[in-house]
Amino acid sequence: MQNSLKKYFPIFALPTAAAFAIGFFVPFLMGIYLSFCKFTTVTDAKFVGIDNYIKIFSDKTFGHSLWYTAAFTIVTVILINVLAFTVAMLLTKGIKGTNIFRTVFFMPNLIGGIVLGYIWQLLLNGILANYQKTLTYNSAYGFWGLVILMCWQQIGYMMIIYISGIQNIPGELIEAAKIDGATPQQILRNVTIPMVMPSITICTFLTLTNSFKLFDQNLALTNGEPSNMSELLALNIYNSFYGRTGYEGVGQAKAVVFFILVALIAVIQTRLTRNREVQQ
Amino acid sequence: MKKRWLSLLLSATVAVTMAAGCGTEKNEGNTQENNTTEEGTGTDNAGTEDNNQGNNETADAQGAVYYLNFKPEQAEQWKELAKLYSDETGVPVTIETAASGTYESSLKSEMAKSEAPTLFQVNGPAGLASWKDYCYDLKDSAIYKNLKSDDFALINDAGEVQGVAYVIETYGLIYNKAILSEYCKMDGAKIKDVSEINSFAKLKEVADDMQARKEELGIQGVFASAGMDSSSDWRFKTHLANLPIYFEYQDENIDTTEAIKGTYLDAYKNIWDLYLTDSTVEPAMLSGMTGENAAAEFGMGEAVFYQNGTWAYNDIAGNEVADEDMGILPIYIGVGDEANQGLCTGSENYWCVNKNASQEDIDATLEFLEWVITSDEGRKSFRDDMGFVTPFSSFTEEYQPENPLVAASNEYIDAGKTSIPWVFSTIPSEKWKDDVGSALLEYAQGTGNWEAVQSAFVEGWASEYQAVNE
Repeated sequence: MQNSLKKYFPIFALPTAAAFAIGFFVPFLMGIYLSFCKFTTVTDAKFVGIDNYIKIFSDKTFGHSLWYTAAFTIVTVILINVLAFTVAMLLTKGIKGTNIFRTVFFMPNLIGGIVLGYIWQLLLNGILANYQKTLTYNSAYGFWGLVILMCWQQIGYMMIIYISGIQNIPGELIEAAKIDGATPQQILRNVTIPMVMPSITICTFLTLTNSFKLFDQNLALTNGEPSNMSELLALNIYNSFYGRTGYEGVGQAKAVVFFILVALIAVIQTRLTRNREVQQ
Repeated sequence: MKKRWLSLLLSATVAVTMAAGCGTEKNEGNTQENNTTEEGTGTDNAGTEDNNQGNNETADAQGAVYYLNFKPEQAEQWKELAKLYSDETGVPVTIETAASGTYESSLKSEMAKSEAPTLFQVNGPAGLASWKDYCYDLKDSAIYKNLKSDDFALINDAGEVQGVAYVIETYGLIYNKAILSEYCKMDGAKIKDVSEINSFAKLKEVADDMQARKEELGIQGVFASAGMDSSSDWRFKTHLANLPIYFEYQDENIDTTEAIKGTYLDAYKNIWDLYLTDSTVEPAMLSGMTGENAAAEFGMGEAVFYQNGTWAYNDIAGNEVADEDMGILPIYIGVGDEANQGLCTGSENYWCVNKNASQEDIDATLEFLEWVITSDEGRKSFRDDMGFVTPFSSFTEEYQPENPLVAASNEYIDAGKTSIPWVFSTIPSEKWKDDVGSALLEYAQGTGNWEAVQSAFVEGWASEYQAVNE
């Protein structure tokens, strides 16, 4: 058995390995190489060294996008997780129609980002029209518009993960805590939250990377207006790639920097939350 | 047992997907090399599939044409024309159209493929900068030889013809004759006839007066909303900006520049202010107003003036405004010889042939283009279906489209007015336009000031020029 496993390992691993190479590894390496090049089409590139990386720093919009994205990420990670957890707690209490509520909350997640962006653009502009304003009047409107949109879309998804986490808590733990006279708040703080820590790890990871990499909702909702002030990082990269002749490489270099940032944040975050996980 | 079935099903799915994946690739290869595949030429070539079948013997030596079309409005018409040509000659012609606003990105990815477009477009000198290394010299081509003037070709310093314009368009202030003549009959009207509007001062006087009487006239505002949504902002950040740039070029006697001075920015401000104050909507609403909004306002007779071009006819026709009520005025900004100012005429659609395509494909492409501009089918399609005015001498009088705006713009040329060329094609980059547009918007809604527009216009030009041309 062991032998034949070894023998056939390459054959069984080949499709996945090939798909991984074609779909991820090769484009990734090519992307890194291109970030050091000046090019119009990806097959026709000229090496220029770290020129592109130097140009990133002379680009003021990149810095703005960076902190705008950071602020957006912090706000959405907190809001989505707190609200999703709250909803999950409510929907594990066994109230009537729990399943319907869960489905309804989950539904927004099934709609694509661009469609959502346009729908919310219509809705929010409809409300703002009463005050003779539009979503792109000021970058703060775009910011909170995006926050609302993201919350609406993601809370349902995170809620499902939290629900499964909460349902996995052994009943006897809570029962024991109750017998010891713990208040509901104490149960929440000392039993429930430590026990759902794995779910919190996953959910913060997902919301963090999702918010940081957000593109289509941003494109559809504000498209960076006014004056690139509501431009998140991914859109900023896209715009520098296509906005100016000869700046494709700079866009690519920004993308590499972006990758490093996302990877770094994700690693740190999983480390931090995983340390708090407890064994059952 | 159940599990075995499941795994069987799964492996079958995998096998099918893989086979399908490889299959398409193979077909694509075939079409590119010799076009002899009888069936399954891949979805891209579905339109040309039948044509290949009848012409297998001859197809070997022929090339193929792949046109990446810029104008989504004419996507279907191009496909029909291509089918006609393929039926007639057996040369496969593939037409792909990029979605609105995504041409550059589509072109970038398509050109990287082994089966790259043989025919593509650039929007003028600035667009050509990215693609100059891909352009075949069109000096000996029929499309260049048929060109009425070298003004409509992109010729580099070495004398190579890199691009040829195929459609001429004109823009100005489209106006509603019915409402204007109603105004002329009113007591105390500033003018008695539309022809009296021949300067910015007069235009402003009339517009301000009409705005004050908008209830009497039954309109929402004089100018259709100057929407700054991406579907409409190019009317101001590009087309309107053409005027101050043009007059400055005239003063300096140049065609293009590294650094613009912004001599006529005040005039730019005046006309922009006029659009904002005598508008159908509050300036704070502009960021969300679209091109459709403006076209609808004009089409429904809610606005009198609408800055746009001959291409807008299809958007505004068939509504409240009758064809004979559509007129077009030059955009007066209070600079230069206003009495003789004409409309803004030019092109931002240049055909380029991909130098890196095989010689057979290049030849096939050139033949296809020649057919398009000289055959009856091609010229009729341009006239009736696409409504293009072309710079080609093969398009004689009877091949001019029926478009009241085109007719009106021809009257200006016949009257000897000086047309203003589209110098906005010398704008250094898309980013310059975006920055000016954003600054215009912020000025309009009161969140920014005019200095920001000036800086985006003048300093932005220099820095963008440098960024692109280093």
